[in-house]
Amino acid sequence: MPDVRTSDHDDVALAAPVAMVSLNPNAWTEPFWVAAGQHRLTVQRCLACGTVRHPPGPFCPRCRTQDSDWVDLSGRATLYSFTVIRHALAPPLRAYLPMVIAVVAPDEAPTARLVANLVEVAVGDVAIGMPLEVVWEDAGDGVAVFRFRPAAPALRRTKETSS
Amino acid sequence: MPDESGRLLRDRTAIVGVGATPFYRRGASAPQSTLELAGKAVLAALADAGLRPDDVDGFALYSGGGFDPALLAQTLGIPNVRFMATLTGGGGGAPGAVGLAAAGIVSGHADVVVSVMAMQQPGAARFGSVFGRKEPGAYAARPTPESDFIAHAGLMGPGQMFAILTQRHMYQYGTTRRHLAEVAISTRENARNRPSALMRSPLTEEDYFAARMISEPFCLFDYCLECDGAVAVVTTSAERARDLRQPPVYVTASAQGGAGDWGQAIMWMGMPDDTFASSGHRPVAKDLYRRAGLGPADVDVALLYDHFTGMVLMQLEDYGFCPIGESGPFVADGNIRYLGGSIPVNTHGGNLSDAYIIGFTHVVEAVEQLRGSAVNQVANAEVALVTGGPAPLPVSGLILKREATGA
Ligand SMILES: [Zn+2]
Repeated sequence: MPDVRTSDHDDVALAAPVAMVSLNPNAWTEPFWVAAGQHRLTVQRCLACGTVRHPPGPFCPRCRTQDSDWVDLSGRATLYSFTVIRHALAPPLRAYLPMVIAVVAPDEAPTARLVANLVEVAVGDVAIGMPLEVVWEDAGDGVAVFRFRPAAPALRRTKETSS
Repeated sequence: MPDESGRLLRDRTAIVGVGATPFYRRGASAPQSTLELAGKAVLAALADAGLRPDDVDGFALYSGGGFDPALLAQTLGIPNVRFMATLTGGGGGAPGAVGLAAAGIVSGHADVVVSVMAMQQPGAARFGSVFGRKEPGAYAARPTPESDFIAHAGLMGPGQMFAILTQRHMYQYGTTRRHLAEVAISTRENARNRPSALMRSPLTEEDYFAARMISEPFCLFDYCLECDGAVAVVTTSAERARDLRQPPVYVTASAQGGAGDWGQAIMWMGMPDDTFASSGHRPVAKDLYRRAGLGPADVDVALLYDHFTGMVLMQLEDYGFCPIGESGPFVADGNIRYLGGSIPVNTHGGNLSDAYIIGFTHVVEAVEQLRGSAVNQVANAEVALVTGGPAPLPVSGLILKREATGA
């Protein structure tokens, strides 16, 4: 018996609509979303010990220092794990299937994993370990949402092997 | 060696009564209210014990119980409540609530403590989309600054979240969907002869692979049931237990909590690499066994919280029934089967096929196994393990025994 995930693996992954995004930031998370609105992916870093953390918060979990700054990330990342959503839990999401919800490890801060949708990829081509790059979608009012797509060289490899 | 904290609790209390309402498909318990379901389960558990509501002086709950505990005390006319506590978190606290009851009794706060969970999902209030709901009502999680980081990606259901952990387990250890199927199929086998079970028809591997995918790698049969009902457990001191109607089932050890770097777990996905594809139970399992003075080889029957098949696999590893990463081949060899398995798991049909009352049916099954009255009785069962979670902290575990050997 085939141990395959699904027969419809050629479907291109869709992302959750930005119209559903509503942010509830506090003083610690707001800088992330302000930078995101400028299409900059950032991570909070402890000024005492250099440990990065995500989600942003008031203490360094390693040394409990509060002083922190923000580091710009390149947007390059590796796929850590994922799920392919085939069943919408909310009616407005039915038009956006299949959706890939991914956990990604940014290259410069792999422990500060991010949750995001994957786009511009067939769901059957999604594989843990694949290199990714960030793409942005504006939601209006200075808000932007980050997604990831296969990094350019990987995209070429995918096309070669599927032809 | 058992540790000091284990000695304080070990076999000093016992479960003396269990009770439940019938289990209903989601929404079918109407027009009963959630409080009514809870009250019926409590009265049934007290009757089982040979106790009266007037004997109750404590409530030990988890995840809030699903109702207003003050209103339950008022409605049942409890004369004097001396202990009223709940574990924080969600289903991870299921067996921990009984440990909390034991702690309340041993510390002298109360004498007869009731633990109860009621589950009711009317209309659109489906528990499975709890983290995606913003409107007020049942099972709506309030959005937070932290949930912003997952909500924008449409991540809103526990099934989706645990699918991500399971996918990583497959990548790291070579676990396959066949292994997930064996958890679903073996659990269904255990439900087939149970009058209470909501899913009693046989489940084949062919059925499993023909089912629609929900959140890959999970298909329909990797998910627990959506249902209504209530389950209650009565705990009292070992001394008082010996004079009651049922043979006592001793609370040998309890542990709850987990590592801070597991934390919100599925709600942040930042767990360390070596515990990401785990159940989050490893620290709790270690505490539990040490406090009991027992190990996995001593456990006769394991009631493992089975909201999703993949998380049963990870608990088998974290509770030491097989090495880390080897749960797939372990179940494929038939080890968790009621018939012929080295460690029978979820002999009642679990959350997957009997009923999902946020894991509390597992405590009842452990009690029935140790009384010798289970539908699928494990011969000479002396020691039962019950778990709650994987979940955001706390997760919890309980070891129950037929004979008191401590103190
Ligand atoms: Zn620090």
